[in-house]
Amino acid sequence: MIEATSQTKTVARPASASERTSLGGFALLANAVLLYTFLYVPIAILVIFSFTSDQFGVRWTGFTLDWYARLFANERLMGAALNTLYVALISTVASTIIGTLTALAMERYRFPGRSGMDALLYLPIVIPEIVMAVALLAFSAFAFDLIQSITGTPIRRNLTTVIIAHIAFSISFVVVVVRTSLKNFDRRLEEAAQDLGASGWQTFWRITFPLILPGIIGGALLAFTLSLDDFIISLFLSGPGTSLLPVEVYNKVRRAVTPEINAISTLMLIISIALVGLSQLAQRRR
Amino acid sequence: MPLWLSVYASQEIALSDGIAIELRDVVKAFGDVHAVDHVSLQIRDGEFFSLLGPSGCGKTTSLRMIAGFEYPTSGKILIHGREMSSTPPYQRPVNTVFQSYALFPHMSVEQNVAFGLEMKRVPKAELGPRVQEALEMVRLSGYGARRPRQLSGGQQQRVALARALVNRPEVLLLDEPLGALDQKLRKEMQLELKGLQERVGITFIFVTHDQEEALTMSDRIAVMSHGKVLQVGTPTEIYERPSCRFVADFIGETNFVEGRVVESAGGYATIETSDGIRLRGCSARPLSSGTVATLSIRPEKVRLLPQGEGNPSAENALPVRVERINYIGSDTRITVRISDERTLNAWEQNDRSTVDRNAYWQPGEESLLVCPADNALVLTE
Amino acid sequence: MRPYGPPLTHGGPTMALDTLQKQRQRSSRLRLAGLLGPGAFWLTLFFAMPLVIILLYSFMTAGPRGNVIWQATFEQYTTLFTKDIYVNAYTRSIWASVLTTLICLLIGYPLALFIARSPQAWRTPLLFLILIPFWTNFLVRIYAWQIILSNNGLINSAFQALGLPTQTLLYTENATLLGLVYGELPFMVLPLYASLDRFDFTLMEAAADLGASRWRAFLRVMLPITMPGIAAGSVLVFIPTIGQFVVSELLGGAKVDYIGNLLQRLFLRSNPPNWPLGSAMAVVMMGVLMILIMLYFRSTTEEDR
Repeated sequence: MIEATSQTKTVARPASASERTSLGGFALLANAVLLYTFLYVPIAILVIFSFTSDQFGVRWTGFTLDWYARLFANERLMGAALNTLYVALISTVASTIIGTLTALAMERYRFPGRSGMDALLYLPIVIPEIVMAVALLAFSAFAFDLIQSITGTPIRRNLTTVIIAHIAFSISFVVVVVRTSLKNFDRRLEEAAQDLGASGWQTFWRITFPLILPGIIGGALLAFTLSLDDFIISLFLSGPGTSLLPVEVYNKVRRAVTPEINAISTLMLIISIALVGLSQLAQRRR
Repeated sequence: MPLWLSVYASQEIALSDGIAIELRDVVKAFGDVHAVDHVSLQIRDGEFFSLLGPSGCGKTTSLRMIAGFEYPTSGKILIHGREMSSTPPYQRPVNTVFQSYALFPHMSVEQNVAFGLEMKRVPKAELGPRVQEALEMVRLSGYGARRPRQLSGGQQQRVALARALVNRPEVLLLDEPLGALDQKLRKEMQLELKGLQERVGITFIFVTHDQEEALTMSDRIAVMSHGKVLQVGTPTEIYERPSCRFVADFIGETNFVEGRVVESAGGYATIETSDGIRLRGCSARPLSSGTVATLSIRPEKVRLLPQGEGNPSAENALPVRVERINYIGSDTRITVRISDERTLNAWEQNDRSTVDRNAYWQPGEESLLVCPADNALVLTE
Repeated sequence: MRPYGPPLTHGGPTMALDTLQKQRQRSSRLRLAGLLGPGAFWLTLFFAMPLVIILLYSFMTAGPRGNVIWQATFEQYTTLFTKDIYVNAYTRSIWASVLTTLICLLIGYPLALFIARSPQAWRTPLLFLILIPFWTNFLVRIYAWQIILSNNGLINSAFQALGLPTQTLLYTENATLLGLVYGELPFMVLPLYASLDRFDFTLMEAAADLGASRWRAFLRVMLPITMPGIAAGSVLVFIPTIGQFVVSELLGGAKVDYIGNLLQRLFLRSNPPNWPLGSAMAVVMMGVLMILIMLYFRSTTEEDR
């Protein structure tokens, strides 16, 4: 009896199973192909149409580099690009240092209020960017009023406001990345160094720091990318006359479709990919 | 043996009354748990000393306190007579071989071995030769430029040894260093480690949970359980004269027979079980009648005589029936029934004919079990 | 270090262990303060404080010139919950987020499964292919869809070439939804892949062996086990979607209001701006999200138990 059923099982199963597998497998494959196409078509079009001579940039009428030339001649855009780079560099350096210190504190110490700090670190990652943007806008206005009433000098929002805000949201991301590499770090290596005569300071610089450096670099590149790409906080916090590239792009896109935007988008795409590629390399060197 | 090591070893012995490490009533508490509970130990110079016990017995914590990774809650740790209970690890004259080796992955083998010397600011001219000498000692010359991850487990293990020994420590601490190796390599490394220790003459403190490993390598062993040292002694003492039931059970295999003391004199005691079996064994101290005690008999010390042989009324002779037979190649392990409630294990070496089936016991066979009182032990805890 | 020489503290008094421990504790506390200080300071001042400020503002009165009058009132919240424009914006935003999350889940799960079932060597490249578009600027990605969907864009050009009538594709709510799905899909696929990658596929064979059809095995075994991934992906998609305003502006044509559009208007564009009302909007949005995230964490911790 038992043998008989098990036999029918083994005879019947493989045929139907493989049939269904191939059917299911085909559906999975088709879905994957469609989605990968869906993900890449817009980007491909963007890049291709940055070289079209059509003035609306929506059809192919011939190859040209005009849009790139115009882009580099556009002082307003170039100025915005430089501002963006400046903001990104400063906020990256600051948030990497602060974030690494915080990560060390969070991973290496138990202290009262640690879970509160944990929550404070996770909030910037989970709250919508626009909430952070309006909160920082309201806060800056509040703080500027306060400073003006005390010192008498009026302050306006400028690049520094944006930098402060970018540091505030980048710290959390740096902390997450550096904490991961601290978690993967074998504490016994530090004991081994101390056992071999290295003091706490020597141990940190000779053992801990070189081994978590890829994580720190990864965190820094993430902070840099986030700052370069940030649009919402930059829009809310940059004052008049201090334009940033994503805000300029937004203003252009809202007005009209021009291939100049395609060109600038292609450049931004290349920079982003290069940066993230670098960060991946840094993290893989482990 | 390199000259510097021999000079070093002999000087040490002269300087400190022959005691390398002393633990005086050391306690280590983690919260409410006493990981190490009033431990006192003296480890002699040049000795291969093992801390043996099941996981969580406090052996690793003891080692870490000697290394300086943990500080004792109370008590003292002396290294060659100097109090070091609160000295940080980088100021102690001991070095450690870690269970996971803890080789620095971002440094080459040479850089790993040189690290300790660099920290001590050993001049460059002296540093290179000493690193090479250390690598030679562990048969790894020519591997200096490699990264640790390019080496096999056994090679990494030897780098860890070289990295520790190159510093000429007063004592080398080894935390289950063979745990990660496979069985065959482990046996090889046991012999190699023992040989190395004999050559360099440095005191080794070796932490292990593997009793066979401890017996093979050690000059002396401390058996630990629940934070306490139960017995310290040579391998023979530990195996042949365990001080308590835990040690007898943990080291090797044994038969336990529970009963009450009926007579005790002259270094021997006799117990009687609830079903009336009387057995006699050695006893370290006189026991009063009626004390609950356990008789421990190692299975290889039990003899089984064919029916009709031997004197059934002699001391420690019991008529038994063979119940189960496990043939394991070198030995045959036989379970015999001594009463309705009790069985004992007896191991016989297979030194007889390999083809004669009658040479082996058969289930159901009647036999006479004999066990000299000198080979049995009466234990009270 | 003195490897030789007479014992340093032989018989003499040694520093008591508890004084030593106190010293160590003090220096470790100093070090902790140095490490934690900058981050705690920055996040408290420039993150927590701003949130407190909008919480305060949300209970204040709006002045006629866009200023904030320090007079406590529930007026903003009453407005939010009674005026159609705000109620509609909330329901629209939440509905769009729910739809986006569901669509991402429905197409993202099979994609994550496809990657998890691919040969080992292919998985990382396949994942990277999903990540690369995500590394480009969000604005740029949305702008690309304008080129495709506009009236003289790619699709309509193709229609014209085939002699079909021009379709209005851009500036519709469907275009908004498309843009949202496009922008958020990677956030769904990554956590799903993470939990599918850990999933032991022999469990499916075990279920089949016990007589479950593939569909039933999926529902009863794979789906419950990968639930933490589904929850994580859903939260990651839901959060940015609920506050968005760029997609509905660039692809939806700003014809209807989402929370994000109203926030942008109340804070930056309208004349005069109304910060108290905007703050109240942001606070309510945070409240909704906090409840959802708490539910999410509860579901995943129960999963672990």
